[in-house]
Order: sequence, then C-alpha cells, then structure tokens
Amino acid sequence: MDKSISIQSTEDYGINSAESLRLLRESLIAGEQTTGKVVSVCCGSGCMSSGSEHVRAAFVRGIKDQELEDEITVKKTGCHGFCERGPIVIVGPEKIFYQHVTKEDVPEIISETLIENRVVERLLYEDPVTGQKCFHENDIPFYQKQRRIVLKNCGIIDPTSIEDYIKVDGFQALAKILSQMTPEGVIEEIKLSGLRGRGGAGFPAGIKWETARNAPGEEKYIICNGDEGDPGAFMDRSVMEGDPYSVMEGMMIAGYAVGASQGIIYVRAEYPLAVHHLSTAIAQATDLGLLGHDIMGSGFNFEIKIVKGAGAFVCGEETALIASIEGRSGRPKPKPPFPAIQGLWGKPTVINNVETLANVSRIALNGGKWYSEIGTPTDKGTKIFSLVGKVQNVGLVEVEMGTTLREIIFDIGGGIPGGKRFKAVQTGGPSGGCIPEELLDLPVGYESLAKAGSIIGSGGMLVMDEDTCIVNIARYFLDFAQNESCGQCTPCRLGTKQMFKILRDITRGDGKPGDIEILLELSDAVKQASICGLGMTVPNPVISTIRYFRKEYEEHILERRCRALVCRSLIFYRIKPYRCKACMKCLEACPVGAIIGAKWQVHEIDQSKCIKCGTCMKVCPKRFNAVECVTGRIEGLGDKSE
Amino acid sequence: MDTERLNKILAVFEGKRGGLISILQRVQEEFGYLPEAALSSIADFLKLPPSQVFSVATFYDHFYLTRRGDHLVSVCQGTACHVLGARDILETAEKCLGIKTGQTTPDYKYSLERVACLGSCALAPVVLVDDEVHSKMTVRKVKKILTEDLDDTETRT
Ligand SMILES: Cc1cc2nc3c(=O)[nH]c(=O)nc-3n(C[C@H](O)[C@H](O)[C@H](O)COP(=O)(O)O)c2cc1C
Ligand code: SF4
Ligand code: SF4
Ligand code: FES
Ligand code: FES
Repeated sequence: MDKSISIQSTEDYGINSAESLRLLRESLIAGEQTTGKVVSVCCGSGCMSSGSEHVRAAFVRGIKDQELEDEITVKKTGCHGFCERGPIVIVGPEKIFYQHVTKEDVPEIISETLIENRVVERLLYEDPVTGQKCFHENDIPFYQKQRRIVLKNCGIIDPTSIEDYIKVDGFQALAKILSQMTPEGVIEEIKLSGLRGRGGAGFPAGIKWETARNAPGEEKYIICNGDEGDPGAFMDRSVMEGDPYSVMEGMMIAGYAVGASQGIIYVRAEYPLAVHHLSTAIAQATDLGLLGHDIMGSGFNFEIKIVKGAGAFVCGEETALIASIEGRSGRPKPKPPFPAIQGLWGKPTVINNVETLANVSRIALNGGKWYSEIGTPTDKGTKIFSLVGKVQNVGLVEVEMGTTLREIIFDIGGGIPGGKRFKAVQTGGPSGGCIPEELLDLPVGYESLAKAGSIIGSGGMLVMDEDTCIVNIARYFLDFAQNESCGQCTPCRLGTKQMFKILRDITRGDGKPGDIEILLELSDAVKQASICGLGMTVPNPVISTIRYFRKEYEEHILERRCRALVCRSLIFYRIKPYRCKACMKCLEACPVGAIIGAKWQVHEIDQSKCIKCGTCMKVCPKRFNAVECVTGRIEGLGDKSE
Repeated sequence: MDTERLNKILAVFEGKRGGLISILQRVQEEFGYLPEAALSSIADFLKLPPSQVFSVATFYDHFYLTRRGDHLVSVCQGTACHVLGARDILETAEKCLGIKTGQTTPDYKYSLERVACLGSCALAPVVLVDDEVHSKMTVRKVKKILTEDLDDTETRT
C-alpha cells in the first residue's frame, strides 16, 4: 500500500547521477516545510504487539474526521529501542514523546497537543528517580548517555519510504564513493575507521573486504548476516525493520569496494516485518535506479536478494549460512578456506553482520578518521546492546565503546527494579559469560570483556538480580547449546549433552562432589576440539559462572541450597504455624490440593503433593505473611523431592 | 496431496540455483507441512537423491513432516523470556492444550512449539499465536488466550 504510493511519486525522477540525487533531496526537503505537523507512530514489531497499528489507524481516522489532513501527517516509524514503553508516539514539531499510547488516548492527543499545543501530561515518561516528567526523547535518562550512529534513523524515518531516507542524507555516502573514490580508497577508509565486525567475532571489516577484493575471480558476493540467533538480542531486527535502507547502502558500498555485483540478505524467518521492509526497500531502490545496472552513471552494478532462514541457530555461522543459501543442511565447515576467498558457490564472499553494514554509510560519508575518534583507542565506534532481564529500562542502547557496564545498567538502564540487588550481567549470549558486580566498572570493548571471561558478541546483555540462579542460567545456556549443536564434531555434540546433564543434576539436587571439575574438563575438551565458533564458545557461560560464582555451585551440590530460590527441587514452601490464621485462601488457590487445613485449623503443606508453584505464598495476605520458601537441608522436610 | 498445486510452486523455481530451502518453505506455506510425496517430487525436480532432501528437511527446525494444527502457539524460551518466567508459561500452555511441546492436539486445532527468541525481548515473556505476538505474558494471560482462542475457532468453524 505505502509502497505503491511511494514508488509512484518517485517513478518520474529516476536517479542517474549524484547530481540528480542531490536535486531530489532538495526538492523533498523543500516540500516538507510546507506540510505542517507530523505525528510519528512507532510501528516496529515491539510496539505493534502492544497495539500501535490501532493507534495509527485512530490517528488517521481522527484527523480525517476533523478534516485536518492538510495540516497533520501521520507517519509510521521503526523502533526507538524503548519498546517496553510502547506504543510510542512522537508528536508535532516539538517532538513530544508519548508512551504507552492507546487508541483511546488519540482524540485527546489530537485536540490537546496537535490543535491546542498543550501537553497531555499523563502520557509523558516520568523519571522514576526524580519524578520529573520528560517532554522529549533526549530528556529521558535512557537516551541521555547513548550515542546513536547506527540507530540514527531508527524511529525517525518511515522505514517504507525511500524519500524519507533520502531526506536524512540517504545514499549520499554511495554517491560520494561512486563519484569520488576508488574501491581501494573505500577499503582504506574502512580500515582507518577501525570498524570491527558486530556479529560476534569482531574481525576488522576493512581487512575482510581487502581479502575478498584481492581474491581472484570475477564473480563475488556480499552477504548480510541477519540471522540474529543470539536469544535475547534484537538490535539487528530493529535495524532491518526501522532502517532497511542503511543496511542496503552499506552492502552496496561493500559491493563497490570488493568488486561484487550481487548481494544477499539472510534474514531469520522469525522476523517477517524485517523481510517485508527490506523487500520494499529493494523494490523502491530498484525503481529509482539505485539498484541494478550502472548505478548513478558510475558503471557499478549491484542487485540484492533476500533469503529467509529456516530455524537453525548454527546457520548464523558464516560457512553454515552459505551452505544454507546453497540449499544444504547448515553444517559449518573448517576454516580456512575463509569465505572471503572461497565462499558462496566457491566464490569470494564478504559476510558481514547487519550492524556492521549499517555503520558503513556513516563512515563513508564522514570519513574513517571521524569514526576512529569515537570510542577508545583500542575499540572504535559504538555498539548496540540489547539490555534485557532484571533491569528497570529494557531496550536497545547504542553507546560508545568504552562506556562502562555500570553506566549502561544503572545510568541508562535505571538499575534493578523492585529494590533488588544486582548479581551479574551476562553478555554475548550463549557464547559469552557472566560478569559479577566487582567488575561493573569495566569499559565495554572486545579485549576488556574477553579478559573478564566474556565477549561483546552480538550485544546481548542480560541483567540478573539476586533472584536469578547462576547455575540455572548456566544450565539454560547449555540446554540451548546441546539443542543447537549441528552434531558433526563429537566433542561438541556429546560434550554439551554431558555438560547439560551434569548441570541439570546439580539444579535437581543430584550434584556430586567433583562435578565442578568435570564441567571444567569437559569445557576444555569441547573448546579445543570443535571446528566452529559454536563449539569453541558455548562452554563460556559455564566457565565464567564457575570462575565468579563457584560458591553457588558448591551450595547446590553440597548443601542442596539454591539461594535465589529458583531450583524447584531444592526449595520448599511451608506454612509457619504461629502465623497462619486459617483463612483458607491458600488452600483454595493451590492447584493440586496440597494444602491440608480447615477453618479454625492451622494449615499445612503436604510436601509429597506440592509442585512448588508458589501460589500459596502469593495469595497469603500480606498481614499474615504465613507462607515461606526455604532451601537447604531442612529437618522435617523431605530430603528428596520429585 | 494436490500435485497440481505442488507443480505450480516448482515451476517458479525452474532453472534457479540452490532453491531447495526456498522450495521447502513455499511448499510448507502451501500445505502447512511437508508431505512425504512432496519431498520425493521435489527431489525429482531438483535431480537430487531423496535422502538429501529428507535430510535437509529434518535438519531445520521450521520444517514439519507431519500435519500441524490450524493454530501454531510458539512460546519464547529465549534468555530475556527465561529469566522472567518463560518456563511457567510453557508449562501452562502444555496444560491448557493437553499436549507436550512439539505436539499437535488430536483435533488438529493447535500445535505447540518453543522458540529461541522472537526479537521482542523488551516485552518478555512473549508468546506467538499464529502471527500475533502476545507480550508481557503471565500464567493467567496464557490461560485466557488459549481458552479464548478455542472458543473463537469453535464458533467460526
Ligand atoms: C554458532 C554461531 C552463530 C552465529 N550467529 C550469527 C548471527 O546470528 N549473526 C551474525 O551476524 N553473526 C553470527 N555469527 C558470526 C558469523 O559467523 C560471522 O562471523 C559474522 O556474520 C561476520 O560478520 P561481521 O564480521 O560483520 O561480524 C555466528 C557465529 C557462530 C559460530
Ligand atoms: S562445533 Fe558443534 S556446531 Fe560447530 S560444527 Fe562442530 S558440532 Fe557443529
Ligand atoms: S507451592 Fe503451589 S502446590 Fe505447593 S502448596 Fe503452595 S500452592 Fe500448593
Ligand atoms: S518497536 Fe516501538 S520502540 Fe521498539
Ligand atoms: S528472549 Fe523472548 S523474545 Fe527474545
């Protein structure tokens, strides 16, 4: 729908030179100044699932009813990274930030803010610390320490309108390199910038491009890795959905630098909106002549195709990804040969992550030197983290490299909710590790996190509080690893299974002295003898948790104690007889009838029936507070359950 | 199985390289799963040994070789969802539907799956029912969705 409108209006211009792009941009900007007020409704996946589509429809309807279409434009944008507060609506030239907007709020926003220029206070974000209301995105602490380079257009442009992208300098970088730079010059600029891969391994992008450029062969490929398999990370999704054009422009610049004329974007099938926006972007660019033959009259040809994944984590690994595109099972191959020399269909192939590629147009436009001055002397640029778990503000945060974990979790993330204590932060997903409180002042960077036993990885950042069990988390990641191992390396296939079993036993109270040592030995074996990054890294969550939280493992094994009260086999619910007022609330609520009691008769839990759901504790009136949860070897409570 | 529908899909891929996974995706979209007969026809079409097509179809989690329910319920078990109680959500869904994860109800109304992350981590825990993401789930909310949906389909069909 939007696509056809947009293409129709641009059909006539066709861009055949840097000059025509400039003219188009100027005319688009000039046109904008006369159109008046804009309401931007976030229509990223997050806000959509909170109902933003209805909000947008309500604006369109309300504005039409009042015949204000000429003065007010309703626009949809991609993700602002603060999805938890969605649906998010940005209103008017003042750019007032409204959160949790429902369709019922829309008439008021139209009459108050859009017509009367008054703010609807109750829809503003309130700083939980100071109680201050925030009018703009930039007033909100969540955004204040961020530096948005990759995300600069996300939440600003309509991700289905190529004109919108052109207005914010879209394709200027492409025009610049095609008209003023040699491919070698582009590679030099990327090398100078210090940009490293954001997909996990952190390989310098410029060197990868140079290798592919120098590899013999006519046919070369650029692949954008949009598989985003790391559970808990969603930055690539938001970039592909919210600014597909930047990804595309990055691929085209890479194509020019490497000498490739074909690009492929490999997207997770779980991201239908990303696929939709990318296909729209490709169609529009092709119509404008920005993709295809002789782009901007430079003689450079490039086309882009989309391939959808089929649900295998290991396919995010580059050689497995190539196998998958070629129509085979996604099993990694030993390297070398590296894809840059022998990749898709045996041809030189650059595989870069979505975020890596989205950085490229910024670097090409502003220069490698500009980029290299952002971050620290060793780690350049910014990184997007997906801040999730037990933290006040969850969402996507883009910060300069070198920002400390404490700044990210406490200043941007607002700390731990519910007055709980911070315990650890897990970075890098299944390949990463857990970092304890003592190391919170660590600046984020490739080497600094590696030294602490973790990685930046794709940027997952899971915050854990005192109610999170460290052994349970290790078990969780190993469960993931053993499920996702492709199975061709015996140590990876069997080692992860064995490790998972030991961890499962520990969380079930069946741990044995010596288990920790066996886990460490197995970790070593799996790391040493696997051919791909999966096997080489998945023991990390176990190694790092043992390194920093060995005591918690020992408590599970030796004392049958789970201090976070998470491992069900190690906890018991019981009713304190002297506090129980025999109100029968818990008795009625217990789903399995495990509570014995009656009116005037103090209640008791039958441990053989209890499934430890915790309902009784939740329903017991606060003033009685009679149900407690205990752990450890406790007299009178079964030594063994389940 | 409807061979005509299958052939129509295959025709689109005539002469293209590496189409196997895309073909399987399209065929599954059409039939809801990958019937065995379809796999052999695809093997013939691509001039591949049937065993290879079969092994690719079993390698990827998204391909199903048996008939699925009309509605797919996917409960996210990603990290963000996990620390906020995704396991309870999955167990509740199993109880509500009376099936284990990976199974389909006998009346073919529902299939239940776990998924590694839906990319809506900021709204954890999340459940996907067909195309709709349900966010910030609680045990009570899953129960409601799954029982409501049942009624809904009963009146529709
Ligand atoms: C098991 C495994 C899964 C991976 N998954 C992804 C992924 O989902 N997205 C990604 O960009 N890179 C992933 N990678 C890294 C890729 O192999 C590759 O290094 C990366 O796409 C290169 O791009 P970059 O240099 O721009 O980071 C994965 C690696 C391994 C070993
Ligand atoms: S390390 Fe594991 S996932 Fe990687 S190739 Fe070997 S078996 Fe497969
Ligand atoms: S924890 Fe759950 S099962 Fe056990 S007694 Fe309480 S309500 Fe009943
Ligand atoms: S989808 Fe709206 S803020 Fe993320
Ligand atoms: S972890 Fe559940 S949506 Fe990402």
